Amino acid sequence: MSEAAADDWPKIRSVGVDGLLVSFGDRLSEAANRAALAFRGALDRQGPEGIEETSTSLVSTYLRYDPIAGDPAAIRAGVADLLGDRDWYAEPLPEGRRFWRIPTLYGTDLAPQLEEAAKAAGMTAEEAIRSISETRVRVQTIGFAPGQPYLGALPEAWDIPRQSQLTDKVPVGALVVAVRQLVLFSVTTPTGWRHIGQTAVKLFRPDSDTPFVLRPGDEVQFDPVDRAAFEKLQQNGPDGGATSEELT
Amino acid sequence: MSRSLIVHRAGPGLSVQDMGRSGYLAFGLSRGGAADRLALEEGAALLAQPVLPALEMAGMGAEFEASEDMRIALTGAPMRASIDGARVVWNASHLLPAGARLSIGAVERGSYGYLSVGGGLACEERLGAQSAHLAAGLGAALEPGDVLPVGPDKGERVGMTFDPEARFEGGAVRIVASLQTDFFAPEERARFEATRFTRDARGNRMGVRMMPDGKGFESEAGLSVLSEIIVPGDIQVTGDGTPFVLLAESQTTGGYPRIGSVLPADLPRVAQAQAGATITFSFVDLDTAHEIERREATRRKGLRGATRPLVRSPHDIPDLLSYQLISGVTAGDDLERV
Repeated sequence: MSEAAADDWPKIRSVGVDGLLVSFGDRLSEAANRAALAFRGALDRQGPEGIEETSTSLVSTYLRYDPIAGDPAAIRAGVADLLGDRDWYAEPLPEGRRFWRIPTLYGTDLAPQLEEAAKAAGMTAEEAIRSISETRVRVQTIGFAPGQPYLGALPEAWDIPRQSQLTDKVPVGALVVAVRQLVLFSVTTPTGWRHIGQTAVKLFRPDSDTPFVLRPGDEVQFDPVDRAAFEKLQQNGPDGGATSEELT
Repeated sequence: MSRSLIVHRAGPGLSVQDMGRSGYLAFGLSRGGAADRLALEEGAALLAQPVLPALEMAGMGAEFEASEDMRIALTGAPMRASIDGARVVWNASHLLPAGARLSIGAVERGSYGYLSVGGGLACEERLGAQSAHLAAGLGAALEPGDVLPVGPDKGERVGMTFDPEARFEGGAVRIVASLQTDFFAPEERARFEATRFTRDARGNRMGVRMMPDGKGFESEAGLSVLSEIIVPGDIQVTGDGTPFVLLAESQTTGGYPRIGSVLPADLPRVAQAQAGATITFSFVDLDTAHEIERREATRRKGLRGATRPLVRSPHDIPDLLSYQLISGVTAGDDLERV
């Protein structure tokens, strides 16, 4: 935490007609991300009456309330009280976190922007694969599409911008990179991030008992596999060879 | 055969919709549900039942058959509807006899028409709701041959109508400032309020594009702005300065700055505006917005009391005999029954 940030944050702002956003910074940091997750947990356990739903983004906690049945001023005051209760930046990560290993095919025609992304990061393709696959990244938030994680942080070299033009479409399971973060797509979508790897894991399974596979705080490593191994994993059900263990 | 509605013809945007599913925002799944929630409440009022899952028809109509006599209500964007060839009135409830064909044409005004049934649809719930979330791939648009289970109906009354809130041709929309409104300079915000927007043809359940009559809108949000929470009604300004109003199936987070957020009470007007309709936006403060929402909630609670029997002049009905036989409003005690 820089001193300037400590002065200005956290702050509470309204979102639309029926929401509040508690932000712990305007830049991504591990402490602000942790604070947002911890504050959401506290809201769910001991937040003021009248909260209908909570969520987190990268460095903020969101809550929605019923502005007709509830008293908006009282809810905001209750949130401010809870916020002043302790140093949220010092809170631990949520419990029940897991460590995932997800087999990944880097490059090839299935992930055609590896070379380009490596060059932007000042590496060869081989160095890029090693750099990314050896970094244990954390799920910072789930958002944009169902079950879709933003993961980080990657080493400094990966502070590369998004592309100016969108890629028309990347498939489910695409691993993309920008701004020291990875996103693992749960839907087929256009994107401004560079497509560097392809996995066979499906992160949104609406008909399963666990429709959303990853949770904020989970850690992930993207292990390189070759084409033959990847194609075998594709036949292997929605996990695509991904394995997990509890973090203690 | 169990009580059901059979789909014989379907436009591309025919889907089961309800008030959506709450509680999955943290997992990246927006609430979804009907694009025009007011139309579901109107359908419920006409059938004198709670808001139950119904059919949403985006632009194009569809054709249905009921397995047994069924009450129906038609609300939202007006469409040309007939039962076995006899025209039936929109914004009204009717009897759909077993085996008869309910044929619904394209919208005449607006964007989304709704077919509610007595007892409501009783399709399988996924993640706590029946509604299809098309953007998330949760459920899917309906196709000819689909058979939709319908719940038991204790109601009897049909032939009711009401005067819907006009919302199919654009108009004035109220918005509140939201967390990123400050990214837009006061002059840009003033220009936004003074601008007449045309509802673009590009739009779906995720959002609709609003074309300004002048240049686009600039924000001071740089490329380093973090992706932040999105709620339905948010007005997102994309890189070229064009605003999009985000609707029920919006993404849950986004990196484009948002200049404001449409009041839920006015969101049906945005969702229903047909392509080419003119829309203007004006800011109200949050306390005013809450007061507007309270009034709207009271008004919606009173919808059932505002329904009345269809009163027909014989001159307006070319084939009086066939109309009455089919619509089933000849029981004679409609006025007395509550």
